[in-house]
Amino acid sequence: MSEEHNMRRVTAIKNGTVIDHIPSGQALKVLELLNLSGDTSVPVSLVMNVPSKKMGAKDIIKVEDRELNQFELDRLALVAPDSSIAIIRAYSVAEKLNVNLGEEVRNVVRCTFSNCITQNLREPLPHRLRVAKTDPLTLRCHYCQRPQDLDELIHNLL
Amino acid sequence: MEGLITMDDLTNEDIHSILADAERLLPVARGETYLPLLQGKILGNLFFEPSTRTRMSFETAMKRLGGDVVNLGDVKTSSVVKGETLFDTIQMVDGYTDIIAMRHPRQGAARYAQDAARVPILNGGDGAGHHPTQTMLDLFTIQQSHGTLEGLTVILAGDLRYGRTVHSLSHALVRFGCRLIFASPDLLRMPTEIVEDLREHGADVTETEDLLGNINQADVVYMTRIQKERFADEDEYAKVAGAYKLHARDLDNTKSEMVIMHPLPRVDEIHPSVDKTRHARYFEQAFNGVVARMALLCRLLGIEVPAEIGGGDA
Repeated sequence: MSEEHNMRRVTAIKNGTVIDHIPSGQALKVLELLNLSGDTSVPVSLVMNVPSKKMGAKDIIKVEDRELNQFELDRLALVAPDSSIAIIRAYSVAEKLNVNLGEEVRNVVRCTFSNCITQNLREPLPHRLRVAKTDPLTLRCHYCQRPQDLDELIHNLL
Repeated sequence: MEGLITMDDLTNEDIHSILADAERLLPVARGETYLPLLQGKILGNLFFEPSTRTRMSFETAMKRLGGDVVNLGDVKTSSVVKGETLFDTIQMVDGYTDIIAMRHPRQGAARYAQDAARVPILNGGDGAGHHPTQTMLDLFTIQQSHGTLEGLTVILAGDLRYGRTVHSLSHALVRFGCRLIFASPDLLRMPTEIVEDLREHGADVTETEDLLGNINQADVVYMTRIQKERFADEDEYAKVAGAYKLHARDLDNTKSEMVIMHPLPRVDEIHPSVDKTRHARYFEQAFNGVVARMALLCRLLGIEVPAEIGGGDA
């Protein structure tokens, strides 16, 4: 099955965002991360476990009438660092964006360690976690240096 | 200017050079000679948690070098109880002082303070995190005893789970190729992530519950206090605490140059009979806190320690 066939599994959208090359099985996590899993007024289409030349299998999400901003891209980088984003306007790709995890995530997620100095929410310095390992993703708090994985961090998104 | 938050802030070369400075500063630390290298400089002592040795030795170090000290005072009466953030406290003290020594109950507080400050921060302990100035005085004591830091066998015994001194020290010793034996009750084992981290750095690490069975291999035995409050059951505590009580008679077959260290305060893990043996180093170690901190204060304030210091035998 071709990539083109994958994209046609769901209807083309007029305006919005297509998130492609999400690691297979991670789409639900991405929805949670982008606050699209709960009560939302925009239509969302989801394709999971479809064949991909690059990845073997992948997930795709289409969000109508919403363009992802930089903050959302930074969050997305935690779950799907290699995903590709297309902003759709009037049925065509208006912009292609890359997700980049980089070496450090800043003000995207808060350290999970209960005794970290950043647990005092009134402290004004940014929440900083350095990427210690990418597979599986492990971040290390810049301040307390505690390593933590995505399952812990997903509950601490800012 | 950057401070000292974890031992990673220092290269091995930095460590050697600071220890050499400390060695030359010994007569000044003993009060045999006066060397006002830090005249006109002010240290801010910010201890958000109780401390005797660390706070006093910082103060002594500063004053022996002609500098001055201002103290946060009792946290209960300071602006911290009014809800001031650490960021704001640091902004204020940063304006009053040239360097800050800090202890805080929360992990990461020292790095946070350094990010907020213009002056260097000396981490005097952050939660169960790091205590690098203690590590420097420990390394100084080990070097004084053995003439080297390289390739020694070091037993760290007691509470390895919560003891921040043993966390910082293990990382430092591994950088000098030391072999580490961690002797602790199962409940108080060195945190797995630290052991893994040390092994990733090529460390030879053994974990055991048996201190006395391994003591004859050691060049250094670093004892720590087992805290009763960590145990839910008093019988369990009594069982393990007994296994980590060193008595002079336990030292009959140890290496003659083996030294026993302890960050103090001790409770009963080192029997007073050990104090008079050639192995005991914990009181010298406590004194070394002054000289190691003198060398660190000079280094972080950019003040060079003279190659020759008169008045003593160093």
